[in-house]
Amino acid sequence: MGRIQLDKVNKVFGDVEVIPPLDLSIEDGEFVVFVGPSGCGKSTLLRMIAGLEDLTTGAIAIDGGDVTEVPPSKRGLAMVFQSYALYPHMTVRKNIAFPMRMAGIDEATQKAKIDAAAKSLNLTDYLDRKPGQLSGGQRQRVAIGRAIVREPAAFLFDEPLSNLDAALRVGMRLEIMELHKKLATTMIYVTHDQVEAMTMADKIVVLQAGVIEQVGSPLELYHAPRNKFVAGFIGSPKMNLIEGPEAAKHDANTIGIRPEHLTVSTTEGTWKGRVGVAEHLGSDTFIHVHDTGLMDMMTVRITGDIAVKHGDDIYLTPLADQMHRFGADGLRIA
Amino acid sequence: MAIVAETTKFSKVAWPVLAWIVALVFFFPIFWMVFTSFKTDADAVKPEFLFRFTPTLENYTNMTDNYDYWRFATNSIITSVSATLLCLFVSVPCAYAMAFNPSRGTKDILMWMLSTKMLPAAAVLYPMIFMAKSLGIYDTRFVVILVLTLINLPIAIWMLFTYFKDIPKDIIEAGQMDGLTTWGEVKEILVPLAWGGIASTALLIFIFCWNEAYWTVRLTTFNAATLSTLIEGNRAPEGLFFGRLSAVSTAAVGPIVVLGWFCQKQLVQGLTFGAVK
Repeated sequence: MGRIQLDKVNKVFGDVEVIPPLDLSIEDGEFVVFVGPSGCGKSTLLRMIAGLEDLTTGAIAIDGGDVTEVPPSKRGLAMVFQSYALYPHMTVRKNIAFPMRMAGIDEATQKAKIDAAAKSLNLTDYLDRKPGQLSGGQRQRVAIGRAIVREPAAFLFDEPLSNLDAALRVGMRLEIMELHKKLATTMIYVTHDQVEAMTMADKIVVLQAGVIEQVGSPLELYHAPRNKFVAGFIGSPKMNLIEGPEAAKHDANTIGIRPEHLTVSTTEGTWKGRVGVAEHLGSDTFIHVHDTGLMDMMTVRITGDIAVKHGDDIYLTPLADQMHRFGADGLRIA
Repeated sequence: MAIVAETTKFSKVAWPVLAWIVALVFFFPIFWMVFTSFKTDADAVKPEFLFRFTPTLENYTNMTDNYDYWRFATNSIITSVSATLLCLFVSVPCAYAMAFNPSRGTKDILMWMLSTKMLPAAAVLYPMIFMAKSLGIYDTRFVVILVLTLINLPIAIWMLFTYFKDIPKDIIEAGQMDGLTTWGEVKEILVPLAWGGIASTALLIFIFCWNEAYWTVRLTTFNAATLSTLIEGNRAPEGLFFGRLSAVSTAAVGPIVVLGWFCQKQLVQGLTFGAVK
């Protein structure tokens, strides 16, 4: 079981309120991703759940029991760190065995669990090596192995993939997702990468300056961002946000249209602009459009290829039903 | 090209020669001391006998017969070892706390500790002697151990703090998540990871304790007197007994030179730590 409840959790460092009072509930078995720009307080929030950071005020409950004053090791949570945080002086086997040794589990059970974890994480051949002799991906797997054997109520991941190269990151992302499907244990995952958040999460918590901007499934966030910040943060490339008279035409302070919700023509359309850089990804092409008179630079995503070159005139037409409208307060207008 | 080549050739010869000269200058007093210790007091003061003399063990036998060298040596060993251990016992937890749970005042506390080393020892000499006497601990091993510990504590904490700072905090936190108590963190993570640093610190503190003269000479007379006091006692009043003095000095520095020789690598690492990285 791993139901986690945050009740008016608040963190103040000196004179700075990093996290204003915040409520959040995480259901058992959920894969929750905290996402936000760096410095938004997502790691601090995770560390508060872990018990590595004290709460200034508020309370945290795991499975109904108040753990606010409970030390990290007694909360039944396992954490995977960005730096892996393996014990460099111990072999892989001893690293994985460590939490079990601390818990006083007998040797036979330890061995069985180590072998099972090593097998599922492809570490069997490396059990007698030290962390220094492993690659980044292998080290991360050891860190996960060390977390698994504890059979925690929830796993906490603090940007676990940011030290890996791009190709490995995609692979490890899948492994973590498969692990979640297999174990069905609550996982809280912190990242600044919205692509990771979108692909992995059951539920995304978007944070900015310690404040929860929106909580929802990836598609809820994509289709109905609650405010301009979420609209701009979720989705790649970013949503085009247009202010001024064009927005006023739609009774809004700001209108948002995603790059994939614009149709392109070389002859006619709602907005006229000039082609800047085109980024060819093969399946997609992102075209940067300048001089529309609406905003500095609009991004358009088209599938396949189109015969435009730098400096050409181009016409864009938004899909009316995919347009997002925001009021003067930045909030979405239904 | 030719100039560059010549310069290289020149520096290849010049630097080692210079290094040898410097090394010999530094080594000469020790060399002289050891040589003199095998001369009679009469020969010792005559320059013509600098290299040519009849070696004698008289000074050494005299030393063990008349001065009870071993009593002083025992005191030196007991006080140095105890002070080193006590120093580590206090400084390891202290440096641990400052490295991993720093507060706003940590930097200031470190500076304050260092500042105590800038205080002239003479300034507190009389209060110390007065206190030791009125507490009835003057000329006891206890007071020597206490003072040796206190004067070396700032250095021990600074050195250990530097070593501990290099251990990623994540590893300590992972340990906390895995169920380690504070003592467990020190035992299972800190000591194994900072072993080299702790050893260098211990070695250096031991050497400082062994060589300490200012305080040991002034806080002891007989019972707790260390080898430094023995050397001091062979000085002045009776005249210049260089042979005897040299023998005592050689016997006092001998153990530490041997220890230092075997632990050279650790020592150099300890002294230059943080400077080159």
